[in-house]
Amino acid sequence: MALLTIEHLTKRFGTITVLQDVSCTVEPGESVALWGPNGAGKTTLLRCVLGVLPFEGTIRIDGLDVRRQGKQARRLVGFVPQEVTFYPTLTVGETAAFFARLRDLDPEEARRRLAQVALDDRLDQPVRTLSGGQRQRLALALALLGDPPLLLLDEPTASLDVRSRAEFITHLQTLLDQGKTLLFSTHRFEEVEHLARRVLLLENGRLEADTTPGELARRLFPETTHYRLRLYLPEAQRPEALQALRAHGFEVWMNGHGVEVRVPADEKAAPLRLLSRAGFEVTDFELHT
Amino acid sequence: MTTTTRATIGLLARKELHDALRNRWFVLYTVIFAVLSLALSWIGLAGGQLYGLAGFGRTTASLINLIMLIVPLMGLTLGALSLAMEREQGTLLYVLAQPVVPAEVLLGKLLGLATALTTALSIGFGLSGLLLAWRGSTMGLGAYLGLFGLTILLALLSLSLGLLFSSALPRTATALGSALFAWLLLVFLGDLGLLGSALVLRIPVEQLFTLSLLNPLQVFKIAAILLLRSDLQVLGPAGQYAMHTYGMRLLPLSVGVLLLWSLLPLLPAYLFFRRRGAL
Repeated sequence: MALLTIEHLTKRFGTITVLQDVSCTVEPGESVALWGPNGAGKTTLLRCVLGVLPFEGTIRIDGLDVRRQGKQARRLVGFVPQEVTFYPTLTVGETAAFFARLRDLDPEEARRRLAQVALDDRLDQPVRTLSGGQRQRLALALALLGDPPLLLLDEPTASLDVRSRAEFITHLQTLLDQGKTLLFSTHRFEEVEHLARRVLLLENGRLEADTTPGELARRLFPETTHYRLRLYLPEAQRPEALQALRAHGFEVWMNGHGVEVRVPADEKAAPLRLLSRAGFEVTDFELHT
Repeated sequence: MTTTTRATIGLLARKELHDALRNRWFVLYTVIFAVLSLALSWIGLAGGQLYGLAGFGRTTASLINLIMLIVPLMGLTLGALSLAMEREQGTLLYVLAQPVVPAEVLLGKLLGLATALTTALSIGFGLSGLLLAWRGSTMGLGAYLGLFGLTILLALLSLSLGLLFSSALPRTATALGSALFAWLLLVFLGDLGLLGSALVLRIPVEQLFTLSLLNPLQVFKIAAILLLRSDLQVLGPAGQYAMHTYGMRLLPLSVGVLLLWSLLPLLPAYLFFRRRGAL
């Protein structure tokens, strides 16, 4: 059974239709990106799934109707909003304990989740003094309270610098490996590439396509069908690696530090997999268009 | 009501109380109310020594007027700020994304803010009461406690009205502005409007009394005067009509109307809040 089912979702604000007849499902363990321009309806869709906005249609989380069984349904969801705002008078520890109690959980659970995102050393720090990256990590810790199977993230890295973004994405990848289901909106293709298995394309409130990150790449960068993958290997292994890749039909050549491979846009990891299985030691890689 | 629901409301109420006690508006109102009620009691007691019962009358009348001026302002502004400010800051979205329902959030806020207001009023009444007791006032303890109870009811109904503005209007400034306009309407324009209408339209005395019940502040005034003086002569013909028609039933009737005013705004507030959600 799908973890999330959306059927004929329509949302209007007065005379403006923000979402029109959107239907889709998300299976357990899937990571699905919501992609579309500003005003496409991504944030509204996430808020409807949370049940914080009235809507037409049906949304079910693990069979629970979000409109009629909202409270039970929201127990299965963790949410990270686009702009994270916490109560300015509370500390990190107090904030986590408050939201843990709101979920009927022991405050000790809050401490565990803070440790998971490396914030357990900031329990007494007021939340208003946290950096953007720390606030986002706190939001992720709160979203994990009660171990909900579904995480909804609304452009979670929009306000983060490069380093914080990379850290945050690593946290999300760990959660995906642990079997969490992710539905997130983003404007960054690299996040889709790193995290998503499926992409829902929204345009003017309509679901235009249910596709893959590779297909999205082809739509976004139609001229980029191939990339150059630079692989770093110990010098002694390079000639053999070159031969192994050529034997599998890759266009390969040597460079100063290793080998370079021409890879199709939707098969970028294939040479890495191949060399790894064959026992080669790839120490690093770079991707170039 | 389930245990989980009670726990959620209690948690949200404690959070609201925690915030209210750190709200500079709330602290300012509390200090102003405490200082003014203390000052009025002091002046009234001084007058009482000179003019006997007339001085006591002035104290109670001044206290009632002070309460009618400040308490609705406290309740209306606190209520108006609560949901609208959180909505604007984004924290309301975060709370509603948790396993809670809008009714729990609304009741939690109501309970927390009502407790905060009761605390503020207790400080003002407590200090004045101590002063009155120390200087040997003739005001009975029962009447004083009765006035305290009525004042809490007035605070509660102002809070309910404030929450109605807060749930219906999307912006803090709009909600606060509407609450202040309502305060002006209730405190000044309601009284003057009724007086003007009575003169121009020659409204019969029974209709004048019925119309005055539409303003909860007038109902509070009737109940407070009844409690302290047992008659409504100071309210003129309308007061005499009310005493003649309802007699001693007027006090419970007024309390009933105040209770109704406290509860009535909560229904549309809930409906607006449920419809508007976090936006």
